Amino acid sequence: MGLEKINMPQLGESVTEGTISSWLVQPGDQVNKYDPIAEVMTDKVNAEVPSSFTGTIKELVAQEDDTIEVGELMCYIEVEGAGSTEEAPVEKEVVEVEKSSDSPASSSQSKQNKTAISDDTTSKTRYSPAVMTLAQDNNIDLNQVEGSGRGGRITRKDVEKIIQSGDIPTSASSESDQSENKRSESATAQPSGVQTAEGDIEIPVTGVRKAIAQNMVKSTTEIPHAWMMVEVDVTGLVELRNSVKNQFKEKEGYSLTFFSFFVKAVAQALKEYPQLNSTWAGDKIIQRKAVNLNIAVAKEDELFVPVIKDADEKSIKGIAKDITALASKARQGKLTSKDMEGGTFTVNNTGSFGSVQSMGVINHPQAAILQVESIVKKPVFQDGMFGARDMVNLCLSLDHRVLDGLVAGNFLARVKEILEKMTKDNTSVY
Amino acid sequence: MAVISYIQAVTQALKEEMQRDEKVFVLGEDVGKRGGVFRATDGLYEEFGEARVLDTPLAESAIAGVGIGAAMYGMRPVAEMQFADFIMPAVNQIISEAAKTRYRSNNDWSVPMTIRAPYGGGVHGALYHSQSVEALFANQPGLKIVMPSTPYDVKGLLKASIRDNDPVLFFEHKRAYRLIKGEVPDEDYTLPIGKADVKREGSDITVITYGLCVHFALQAAEKLAEEGIEAHVLDLRTVYPLDQEAIIEAASKTGKVLLVTEDNKEGGIISEVSAIISENCLFDLDAPVKRLAGPDIPSMPYAPTMEKYFMMNPDKVEKAMRDLAEF
Repeated sequence: MGLEKINMPQLGESVTEGTISSWLVQPGDQVNKYDPIAEVMTDKVNAEVPSSFTGTIKELVAQEDDTIEVGELMCYIEVEGAGSTEEAPVEKEVVEVEKSSDSPASSSQSKQNKTAISDDTTSKTRYSPAVMTLAQDNNIDLNQVEGSGRGGRITRKDVEKIIQSGDIPTSASSESDQSENKRSESATAQPSGVQTAEGDIEIPVTGVRKAIAQNMVKSTTEIPHAWMMVEVDVTGLVELRNSVKNQFKEKEGYSLTFFSFFVKAVAQALKEYPQLNSTWAGDKIIQRKAVNLNIAVAKEDELFVPVIKDADEKSIKGIAKDITALASKARQGKLTSKDMEGGTFTVNNTGSFGSVQSMGVINHPQAAILQVESIVKKPVFQDGMFGARDMVNLCLSLDHRVLDGLVAGNFLARVKEILEKMTKDNTSVY
Repeated sequence: MAVISYIQAVTQALKEEMQRDEKVFVLGEDVGKRGGVFRATDGLYEEFGEARVLDTPLAESAIAGVGIGAAMYGMRPVAEMQFADFIMPAVNQIISEAAKTRYRSNNDWSVPMTIRAPYGGGVHGALYHSQSVEALFANQPGLKIVMPSTPYDVKGLLKASIRDNDPVLFFEHKRAYRLIKGEVPDEDYTLPIGKADVKREGSDITVITYGLCVHFALQAAEKLAEEGIEAHVLDLRTVYPLDQEAIIEAASKTGKVLLVTEDNKEGGIISEVSAIISENCLFDLDAPVKRLAGPDIPSMPYAPTMEKYFMMNPDKVEKAMRDLAEF
């Protein structure tokens, strides 16, 4: 004798439950297979539920008026010979197997699986994009992180927990491995924790601003700067330029600025003092053959340093033409990387802002930068008497690893000499 | 708020919209005197008469075509396909005409029609009463496809579909009709078409699905919660066009995404969801995007064992969710 279950059958498409309107059998009743045992009402049909077995009704589990889901237990029936080949016992076995998956035996098995998993570290160093991103953003050394995923994999949650705890494992060696680039980046592009007050405006650091910031930090942290300044009498040059500027503009279509003369003089002097036209390269100093002069062009909140190529081979007019072209490109945002690369020395026209003295930051990795200040008319002693002269300061910042005061001084003296000799009588702009 | 079944929500929405707007009418096979084979249009014939509750011949292309014509003329037809499986003869009308009329006529004409159809398996319906057909229509701009999971969503979205000025395919899961019950407000309301809905908040894994599978996912989620695995469940509700923003947000939240459908696996709605996630969420992903779907075989078989093998259920979803959580 064995005990079997009779469950609520499926009584039509979309029917998911039925209400027992009346039982047609009582416990103890003998029934044959397919005999009706209950009347059931559903949304769609009223039907009789047949018995799945031949046997004796043992217990009515569901009561009249109960609503039973399809597949739920209605009653127990005692049948001849347990483990019959009927359909239901098979179903029962399935049920039992499913049930046993929740039993302690199988849960201990799954525990075993889990311990096996934790010993397995095959996926320990296999990182998902999310884990990589979080680790890089927060400078986490993943080698020191325990993974809770399959095969010891470090999950996004593992990393998020570490970040939340604030106890971030960073690698000492990886810290020292970081390039100068990284350091300057962290000095400029990381949130500083500065508080903002009401009415303050937060401007995100992006694009050109970020690049400027990084370059400046790099330049000032890496290069030991030294400064010098000379005063130059450019009365003759002013006279020369003023005498030709209108005619030049008319003829060429662009302005002949003072700056062109200064660039020309610097290019000439650099040819004689190539030490300044060089780069610090760690174990050596590289002197550049080409004289490619960066000029600084400001545009609202951006600063560009396009290059006048081979300035030593160009006339004052040629330089003026280049400056005009580069400045207009910069203002229109049309500078290409080709316009910006290959510079060997920088000349900065700080005088255009009215500055008379400044300490330039060297354009890394060059060795020096020269700032041309405002031309100012001053009373000056000359040959024992006062005279009104046009005076200008030239300020030089130099990389003290590459250059010393002597050579820099000689260079400045040479620039001064060239400029002071530029007069109407001996200089042509062409 | 009253607790009603999924199919009662359909009936209520139809009834209230017909009361609200006399341009709304229903047509389909057996929708009139019989009240629909599933009883979705029960009582409408008695209340609104044969002029607004039309019993049609067994010709789905005509049901769709008549609806399109009436809609272009200013009516708001709600056409019923008795089973989504039977929609095939109407595909030309739906795709070539309904979906394209507004575009083709440069906005001069539109088709404010709703086509309702029961889809899905698990009811011993066999090959022609069990299919999911949404993927067939899910690359046809001009169409909207709504597949709600709860009585609340059914009522709000069916009303929104009827009021929408363009054609909407409204697929109702036939097994959900009497299985799923839920609270529905007494007052008139609509829900936005094209918006997914978070059905459960969680931080360990994300399950994105629609229709009846939402309930399977929710049931599985409750079980997994006992083990400390918290699942985030997003119900797409509208499967075309997809709510990309909600998908990206839900996927990024946990980085472990399981997509579930009872439709065949290849080329389905969830494949498109997967593409959206991989396009947008790479750096938030912590595991491969997983799809749990029906097998790529022609249709759901009749034999109970085979139907069970094909059909989605909470155990299959739970297993896949646990697997992903442990990854």
